[in-house]
Amino acid sequence: MAPRVSLFVTCLVDQLFPRVGLAMAEVLERLGYQVEFPEAQTCCGQPAFNSGYRGEARAVGRHFLKAFRDAECIVCPSGSCASMVRHHYAEIFHKDPEALAEAGKVAPRVHEFSEFLVRVAGREEVGARFEGVVTYHDSCHALREMGLREEPRRLLRAVRGLELREMDIAEECCGFGGTFSVKFEDVSVAMLGTKIDAIRRTGAEAVVSADSSCLMQIRGGLERAGLPVRALHLAEVLAGV
Amino acid sequence: MSEAFHHRIQEALLDERLQAALYAATGRLMDKRRSGVTAQQLPDYQQLRTHAHRIKQHTLENLDYYLELVERRVAERGGRVVWCRDGSEAQSFISGLARDRGVRLAVKSKSMTSEEIGLNEALEHRGIEPVETDLGEFIIQLAGQKPYHIVAPAMHKTRQQVADLFERKLGVPREEEIEKQTMIARTVLRQKFLAAGMGISGANFVIAESGAVVVVENEGNARLATSSPPIHVAVAGIEKLLPRAADLAVFLQLLGRSATGQPLTSYTSFLSGPRRAGELDGPDEFYLVLLDNGRSRILADREKRQTLYCIRCGACLNICPVFRRIGGYSYPGAYSGPIGAILTPQTLGLNHEPELPFASSLCGACAEVCPVKIEIPQMLLALRGEVKKAEARERRWNPEKLGFRIWAWAMQRPRLYELAGLATSALLEVDLPGPLRAWGRGRELPAAPARSFRQLWRARPRSG
Repeated sequence: MAPRVSLFVTCLVDQLFPRVGLAMAEVLERLGYQVEFPEAQTCCGQPAFNSGYRGEARAVGRHFLKAFRDAECIVCPSGSCASMVRHHYAEIFHKDPEALAEAGKVAPRVHEFSEFLVRVAGREEVGARFEGVVTYHDSCHALREMGLREEPRRLLRAVRGLELREMDIAEECCGFGGTFSVKFEDVSVAMLGTKIDAIRRTGAEAVVSADSSCLMQIRGGLERAGLPVRALHLAEVLAGV
Repeated sequence: MSEAFHHRIQEALLDERLQAALYAATGRLMDKRRSGVTAQQLPDYQQLRTHAHRIKQHTLENLDYYLELVERRVAERGGRVVWCRDGSEAQSFISGLARDRGVRLAVKSKSMTSEEIGLNEALEHRGIEPVETDLGEFIIQLAGQKPYHIVAPAMHKTRQQVADLFERKLGVPREEEIEKQTMIARTVLRQKFLAAGMGISGANFVIAESGAVVVVENEGNARLATSSPPIHVAVAGIEKLLPRAADLAVFLQLLGRSATGQPLTSYTSFLSGPRRAGELDGPDEFYLVLLDNGRSRILADREKRQTLYCIRCGACLNICPVFRRIGGYSYPGAYSGPIGAILTPQTLGLNHEPELPFASSLCGACAEVCPVKIEIPQMLLALRGEVKKAEARERRWNPEKLGFRIWAWAMQRPRLYELAGLATSALLEVDLPGPLRAWGRGRELPAAPARSFRQLWRARPRSG
């Protein structure tokens, strides 16, 4: 029987960028995985956690743990949401032994998409084709909390027809930061401007990232600047044949 | 309070010259640091960071012991430790001492701790003239401003601005060349060094086993300020202690490199007490002011104690994409940047500027470069939780709190969440007040998809 993986698509992808979830499922199926989508899933709780509402974050976190209790392997198209479960659940549940034990079981089963492909599935070449030059934006949490610097790049370099052209500040934050993007809207947009300039300087026709939240920010900036650069999730590039 | 915070941020963002200068200056320091900690330059960099973290942890967990030890050691060398609970105790001790000894002029070497307690203003108020002798601090003092950056206090000033300032305040011919500006400052300061009755320094480290104060610098002004005047007063936070001189082998390698990329600063001075019999240089009297000012409260907080590990290298400021935009003057308190964002709420209180811990995208770049591995994003998250808890305790009306409560309720009910999601998508189609409008000021809103992932998934033809 084919190995099974459960998708945690994240609330953002579910509600706003469904194609990213479909693309991720497509790649996983192409590699021979049986893909399922636990319907009870909603959000990991990070928006509340990052905003200081720990009680609300815990409530949503407990729901996440329930929704994925039976999942053996969870794949998620976001380094940020994966990190919330893997690294921050221990912190929010430190006074709730039951949830803490459950989180301890679920956390190691959660994988960010590129992490899963390269480290778990052991694949870099996934049969994708993309004609053109792309640049890669490191999403902060995939890079710094999950330690995924090379994984997404290896996957991109293995795509037929694709040229990866690095920008000079790939690791600098795009300015999203969850509610920061609206609480400190002006600072967030200023940070975005620096990122957009760097993307523009590469001459790439698409900017690729592993997190839809960063991409929402970057796409919003590209469109506002009227630049013909596409903002694509890594899964969308890898799904292309 | 928060309005003023946003106003200062706006001001910095709208200043195009400042934006370019700030981004470039921090970028240069970032590059220097990066080339100073490469695997070739410093193969043990990561181990040194871990080691430094552990030394600080050990010292702070045994601080009572080391503080008593340093008091004894300083006394054995003929100096005196002065314990100060807060800024005003430190101010009154130093100004009282100056008055007793008839001091009218005090030269100062760079000290953020003295900034923290507003020492200059206090001395001036009591008729004692404090003169900053670090070039950047000298410029800032002439301009009547505060340090912009922990390490580079005049980072926001162009040499043209310095030329104007010197011409206006010192009455010298206008000079735009940095070397010549330095010579002007040197001429002015040399007279001050010779005339001063007191030298005030900070301390980068205080060695418990020997009672020595360690000061690192590049200009030689700290050495002069602490050896020429008859009295030396060193002001240090109680967290500056290190158990042994041998521990400097770890910290000196990290501090210079993290701050400016230098393997070592030009001067590293060990200042241990007054001049002894047979010695040619040094002061007649030595005082080490050990300042609490909220530090023991931080020490008592197990989760956020590591805030006190900071060695003030400034690396987190240089790499912070928020600091690089809003600059040093947007932050409340003496310390700016990520370290200021976690230190200030703990010393001045959460209410001083409740939005400060939220002014971060939590990108984590600060923690990545911190030489003593302070988990700054973790501290920010903890502070955010405390701010919201305090708001709830005070039962302050807060639409955000209500929003998150409803959100959390819906997120535990997948069917409701699905409906709510549809509603959100619909909202994206119309112009709305609140967060969506804030988003839309500088960015396009995402186009709402016709169907959510789960709807598409359900409609998907089953494969296999």
